[in-house]
Amino acid sequence: MPKTMGILGKKVGMTRVYSELGVAIPVTVIEAGPCKILQVKSEKTDGYNAIQVGFAPKKEKRITKPMQGHFQKSGGEGYYHVREFRVEDPEKYEAGQTVALQDLFNVGDIVDVRGKSKGRGFQGVIKRHGFGGGGAGHGSGFHRAPGSIGCSAYPGRVMKGKKMAGRMGNDTILKKNLIVIDVRAEDNVILVKGPVPGANNGLIQIFTK
Amino acid sequence: MSAIIDKIEAEQMRMDHPEFRPGDNVKVYIRIIEGNKERVQIFQGVVIKRKRGTMNASYTVRKISHGVGVEKTFALHNPRIEKIEVVSRGRVRRSRLFYLRSRRGKAARIRERSIR
Repeated sequence: MPKTMGILGKKVGMTRVYSELGVAIPVTVIEAGPCKILQVKSEKTDGYNAIQVGFAPKKEKRITKPMQGHFQKSGGEGYYHVREFRVEDPEKYEAGQTVALQDLFNVGDIVDVRGKSKGRGFQGVIKRHGFGGGGAGHGSGFHRAPGSIGCSAYPGRVMKGKKMAGRMGNDTILKKNLIVIDVRAEDNVILVKGPVPGANNGLIQIFTK
Repeated sequence: MSAIIDKIEAEQMRMDHPEFRPGDNVKVYIRIIEGNKERVQIFQGVVIKRKRGTMNASYTVRKISHGVGVEKTFALHNPRIEKIEVVSRGRVRRSRLFYLRSRRGKAARIRERSIR
């Protein structure tokens, strides 16, 4: 887990932006923050240093009683998403504070972005692991099957971790070293270069570097 | 699309270009940066394709240069394009004029379109 402060956001979608030189840059638009600090965890009391933040306000009647109690400690409002960021210096923060985009990110910064990739369902080895597959015609008879999955009597079993068909996607993916192209504080929007894991409206964590 | 993306795109879109269609003969004024000098190059030809869209809209211009067909595709909202000038308007019966690639000379002519 990256030991840096960050912010929570929602992937809005992709578009393109022109640089000063007139070069088109593909960007992902993320609506992020402001996030409220719900709890400050420290080495002494919790065994590790972290900041717990909330994102996307949730109606009170939709919050469970235990979570209501937890939200009460930082002022009341509840959130759909609650995540932690490991930090070195938790003393700098205080429960009830809000973290906004412009506090953490500037244009040109390098950031890491984490999201949950789109679920692809049960997929074969060609799509899931990039296997080559067989010939399509000329009586080949071997099309998209995985082929041999191991040896015979010795070892008499399939090796652990053998790449086979199965569920693909829906994994947490950390994409590293993306460039911040623009920070629009008035809209709470950040533009990062290139694609970001997950579907639109998915939860995104942006880490400082 | 989302309101946020619409807003970001609206800021960059160029609404100063004249209306033009496939079949029109246009002059595209391209600003070219060489070292630290900047000059304008003109690319004149027939619009053979217009791709619709918001930020990703584009158009393709074809011309015959020294006997060789040359096509250039430009992004409609590219800020490096100084201006587009419509030289003449052509009457064509399809939206993609790829058939011009296999024709040259007299066969590649396009009838003039009168503007109502």
